[in-house]
Amino acid sequence: MRSGYLDAASSAPLHPVAREAWAAALTDGWADPARLYTQARRARQLLDAARATTAECLGVRPDELTFCASGTQAAHLAIEGARRGRRRESVVHSAVEHSAVLHAAALGPAVEVPVDRLGRVDLAAWSAAIDPETAVAALMSANHEVGTVQPVADAAAVCAAHGVPLYVDAAQSLGRMPVPPGWSLLTGSAHKWGGPPGVGLLVVRKGTRWRRPGPADEREPGRDLPSIVAAAASLRAVLAEAGAEDTRLRALVDRIRAVVALIPDVEVIGDPDDRLPHLVTFSCLYIDGEALLHALDRRGFAVSSGSSCTSSTLHPSHVLVAMGALSHGNVRVSLHRETTPDDVDGFLAALPEVVAGLRKEAGV
Amino acid sequence: MTIVIDCLGQRCPLPVIALAKRLPTVAVGDVLRVLADDPAAANDIPAWCRMRGQEYVGGHTVNGAPAFDVRRTS
Repeated sequence: MRSGYLDAASSAPLHPVAREAWAAALTDGWADPARLYTQARRARQLLDAARATTAECLGVRPDELTFCASGTQAAHLAIEGARRGRRRESVVHSAVEHSAVLHAAALGPAVEVPVDRLGRVDLAAWSAAIDPETAVAALMSANHEVGTVQPVADAAAVCAAHGVPLYVDAAQSLGRMPVPPGWSLLTGSAHKWGGPPGVGLLVVRKGTRWRRPGPADEREPGRDLPSIVAAAASLRAVLAEAGAEDTRLRALVDRIRAVVALIPDVEVIGDPDDRLPHLVTFSCLYIDGEALLHALDRRGFAVSSGSSCTSSTLHPSHVLVAMGALSHGNVRVSLHRETTPDDVDGFLAALPEVVAGLRKEAGV
Repeated sequence: MTIVIDCLGQRCPLPVIALAKRLPTVAVGDVLRVLADDPAAANDIPAWCRMRGQEYVGGHTVNGAPAFDVRRTS
């Protein structure tokens, strides 16, 4: 029962191609691909094919791609590796990067670049923040909480003028939208596009000064061969469907944006047009985000929230704060290939009642 | 004239609800000061003012407590 699952941005349901590829690779690819006997060579072939497929999907060379154990690990390696490779410490990043990027940046000096009300980075401030002493500059392809697409090409031009590598966290856009050229480092996460959990991608373009942090070890950080094979197969499958899915999901998100905006005292957040195809976020005045999530869950709808009461730290989402957007009563809805118009209609029928009920309880 | 409401210890959205209930009772042009230590208040009180067309005067500290001033404009 998945019809009310509307949190693809946390983890998309497994694509059927991923399931098939995973099972096949578990049968044929259980041996250590570094060994020299028949079973190992079979595993090696699967790994090489997965790397070639993934590289082709990303438009990069196979030897530029490293499989990691997660998108988080890939983000940490991108930033720490750039610091080591360039022998510089300062990291410039937008205020709305994923927390994995912020945590890695915070291991050393870091400069945060503000965003506008739509969540788009301030390019003038970006230009002012970057200088030749910058180790790496981090700008995501599109925001994971509000969907706003970032001006990657313009940001890359600024970086190139200073000889600074641009790192793009493309976790939310891979398999959905192409990444503009000009970047030096890129990361992704398979379970965001319908691959299995536990596979991250790190791409380091040729000519980028990058040294792997941690102990010297020839082993690739991503070791789960069946999941890697499933990630590669599903990325190819998802890209083949991407054009049609883009149109279909954009229309559903447009419908959500329009209907939600009719509920009194609700703010729809993020760029209405230049955005991810599958994701929409809004905040409802006077509503406790945790109560809202539980009320929707009881009606069978799974969504996420940036409200402080839903976070382990009890702090509101840094993305919403950076945008100056209302943070309480916040809901992020993110769709996937199995989401139907009926699922969306069911959610849109339930939401106004839930919001009205919670406001009544709060006495407003 | 400044009226103070004490929302210390209350979690969001309670300080914003208190602000919304109380502001209509002050005169247009007067300032309502909300004392609130929830980490979301510093963000959500200005956001409420923007959504409801009221003036956010600013945030400061009163006797060690975070305070947010809102002027009723309509």
